[in-house]
Amino acid sequence: MAHDMTADAAHAHDEHHESPVVFGFWLYLMTDCLIFGTLFAVFAVMRNQFAGGPTGKEIFDLSGVGVETAILLLSSITYGFGMISAHQNKVGTMRTWLAVTFLLGLGFLFMEIREFSHMVAEGNGPDRSAFLSAFFTLVGTHGLHVTCGLLWMAVVMVQSMGKTVLSERMINKLTCLSLFWHFLDIVWICVFTFVYLMSVI
Amino acid sequence: MLGKLSWSDIPFDVPILVGTFAGAAIAGLAVFGLITYYGKWGYLWKEWLTSVDHKRLGVMYIVLALVALFRGFADAIMMRSQLALAYAGNPGYLPPHHYDQIFSAHGTIMIFFMAMAFMTGLWNVIVPLQIGARDVAFPFLNSLSFWMTTVSFVLINISLFIGEFSQCGWLAYPPLSESQFSPGVGVDYYIWAVQLSGVGTLLTAVNFFTTIVKMRAPGMTFMKMPVFTWTVLCSAVLVMVAFPILTVALGLLGLDRYLGMHFFTNDGGGNQMLYLSLIWAWGHPEVYILVLPAFGAFSEVTQTFSRKPLFGYNTMVYATCSIMVLSLIVWAHHFFTMGAGPNVNAFFGIMTMVIAIPTGVKIFNWLFTMYKGRVEYHAIMYWVVGFMITFSIGGMTGVMLAIPAADFVLHNSLFVIAHFHNVIIGGVYFGYVAAMNFWFPKAFGFKLNEAWGKRAFWFWFVGFYFAFMPLYVLGFMGMTRRMNHYDNPDWYPWMLVAAFGATLIACGVVCQLTQLYVSIRDRNLAENRDLTGDPWNARTLEWSTSSPPPFYNFAVVPTVHDLDAFAHDKEAGIDTRAAGSDYQAIHMPKNTSAGFFIGMFSLVLGFAAIWYIWWLAALGLIGVIATVIARSSDNDIDYYVPVSEVARIENEHTRNLMAAQAAE
Amino acid sequence: MADAHTAHSGESHGSVGSYLTGFVIAVLLTVAAFGLVMAHSFSPAGTAIAIAVLAAVQVVVHLVFFLHMNGSSEQRWNNMAFIFTVLAVAILIAGTVFIMHDTAINMMSR
Repeated sequence: MAHDMTADAAHAHDEHHESPVVFGFWLYLMTDCLIFGTLFAVFAVMRNQFAGGPTGKEIFDLSGVGVETAILLLSSITYGFGMISAHQNKVGTMRTWLAVTFLLGLGFLFMEIREFSHMVAEGNGPDRSAFLSAFFTLVGTHGLHVTCGLLWMAVVMVQSMGKTVLSERMINKLTCLSLFWHFLDIVWICVFTFVYLMSVI
Repeated sequence: MLGKLSWSDIPFDVPILVGTFAGAAIAGLAVFGLITYYGKWGYLWKEWLTSVDHKRLGVMYIVLALVALFRGFADAIMMRSQLALAYAGNPGYLPPHHYDQIFSAHGTIMIFFMAMAFMTGLWNVIVPLQIGARDVAFPFLNSLSFWMTTVSFVLINISLFIGEFSQCGWLAYPPLSESQFSPGVGVDYYIWAVQLSGVGTLLTAVNFFTTIVKMRAPGMTFMKMPVFTWTVLCSAVLVMVAFPILTVALGLLGLDRYLGMHFFTNDGGGNQMLYLSLIWAWGHPEVYILVLPAFGAFSEVTQTFSRKPLFGYNTMVYATCSIMVLSLIVWAHHFFTMGAGPNVNAFFGIMTMVIAIPTGVKIFNWLFTMYKGRVEYHAIMYWVVGFMITFSIGGMTGVMLAIPAADFVLHNSLFVIAHFHNVIIGGVYFGYVAAMNFWFPKAFGFKLNEAWGKRAFWFWFVGFYFAFMPLYVLGFMGMTRRMNHYDNPDWYPWMLVAAFGATLIACGVVCQLTQLYVSIRDRNLAENRDLTGDPWNARTLEWSTSSPPPFYNFAVVPTVHDLDAFAHDKEAGIDTRAAGSDYQAIHMPKNTSAGFFIGMFSLVLGFAAIWYIWWLAALGLIGVIATVIARSSDNDIDYYVPVSEVARIENEHTRNLMAAQAAE
Repeated sequence: MADAHTAHSGESHGSVGSYLTGFVIAVLLTVAAFGLVMAHSFSPAGTAIAIAVLAAVQVVVHLVFFLHMNGSSEQRWNNMAFIFTVLAVAILIAGTVFIMHDTAINMMSR
């Protein structure tokens, strides 16, 4: 089968199929939901297994969590503004909003890493107790997702360089990343409520 | 520099492994030599290894599954022969640490690389054709899934010759699988192989769910969708629900081992029972993931060879959907003896019995389909009838195990082994073999030899009863699973019968290989070739196109008027192909090597992480990310097949069809 | 909606106004949750229930204003997938907690 590239005026024949990309990505997000759901179940089982180590109340710093929450919330609407610019084909504006979102995401990661390294430095690392294992794994998995989101954002920004019009493929990519980013925000709501706030009550 | 890896990890002192390695090396060199001799590397690379065509990926999946079957079955033979020898004073030929690796590898390989790969192969070959689509929704991801599965299988086989495999059973229960009790690399091999293949499986499920929901031919509403496609849809849902849980369970075990966390350890507040709960929250849906597509295949085969439509299509669909939901709430029946109270055990016991109802509905549907049909006892139909008998027995012993009080007696005994082989061989394997025989002419354009097919069936069928019925008896006599030596004289004769049964099954496997060989040898005989594309007078859309189908599947996307679209068209005299009509250029994806390279980098990552070679692991990870980014930046991913090429291929098939009609 | 083309994949994509509305509601809910916990004005159980409800509401707000979920027919499958996922997660979490709690009580390990 020689697949010769002879698309003579082929686009004229192109019956416009709705791209399944966004739906497929949505399904992936649902599987990700289950990953986080399982981690929350594990945390629920482990939340009182301190093994003589510190409790959440002793080590969680709510003001830091508040700032992290604020940063993440803000990054959600800055990404939303980026999407609006993308749909209006204002590529430059879109990139600016994405850059702002990127910096906010970086700030969030920085704060999380600082929190983690503090805890580890005080001897309260993930190997201290089952409670801390569950905490680090759940919050760390969210952080890992944020890292992937940032990497993806950087790639999209580079790929949009020098473009004046965004292709459908590009718009789909931006839409998927938008779903991903907002989804991480939703996970974070559950994290700050059920992990941080519930431990401090 | 090389982490934990050193020369002493290569098992030169184990003659069985040295022999296996020599055999594998010679066979591998022979294959490489032949490919080189015939100058087929370019063809193999361009047309197969980098292919994104679902039919070719499907064939490669099934080849992988057959290789895995061979490996897993070799393990099974070794276990049975060990237990036929290792009685009283005789220690047998497998020391415990070796025997433990063998049963762990047997289970892992048979489930993840035989059954799952076989199933994914069938999805690939059949589903897009059956719904009138030209490919799956995400052809590149499909290729990536295949390579993730393949490299995981490679990884698990590397453990034969470098280091060791897990000795903790196919689900690696902690605390035995924690580094305190299993300090070697065996469990790490297990974790990485299963995790990497899990990525492939998950992507496949997302891909096929999207394909079925978004890409069905016009007119094919959900209640006009073939039963096999329905079962794949439900199976894909279960994969998407269950595999993330497996990923987390094994991920946490990995964190315990690599970073000293305390999820499942004895100390530090860990709780190994949580692992049991999580792994079975995946594990129970998993058996339905495997068996639902087999049910779908049985439905298609039964209605075709009974020459009438499936009895109770609607109930079949509802039964499939209710199994899908119920399978999510039965998982605790795998650990009734763990120590939960009567509330938990009663709830999960009752749910387990409830799930037998929709399964029973299906059995009756197949029976009523055959009732008053003109049943043609083709070799394929043998597997179906053999399945109905065997699976019913397996189902009933399953209901026995669902009674918590009975389970306390039978738990961890050979009764359990007999039960799940009864449903997995009798249900899943028979179903996949029937499906392979049924759809083989669609994929290759010639039929499989029927006489050898019947021989294979009889050896498998009779061999199964000889091999596993004794295990039920032994279970009642109190023999536990995973023993490599015993002293009880009452057990000995039954173990000999089981070993005899395994030998019969081995003959069945040989017959299947012979069937493949004979069929390929005689492929050009007139009675074997399938020129019409519809060798069985079947009912669904995949039979309306040529065998093998053109790479674009359908020149004109068919319009569906009724359930069993092709049967309807044949009766109404409609040409589903719309041959000779005004063809249009067809939009198709281009082949890509990105999936292959991501797979290879993942292999490097997995191998390096198993041996703590961190620089190499980092390289592997960077390779994966770089390939993903490169693929994402590649805009040359599709093309149009020109009208002239479509017309040439279609006209050739029309000539074949006319020749075949003239010959009748 | 502020922009012209809506051809992409059945996803509607919000306006500056809808994003700001969602943001303001989300901020209020977040502040309420943090405030409840820091002020210690309810009993612990009451606070726990209250912040769980606030979180559930906030998740819905995010889904509607940021992920643009709605009842339109193009989104039927997205919504079904989501509802099924919520069901599966609920089964998993409730089932795991049920089994592990019951085991702990029955074995007197806690």
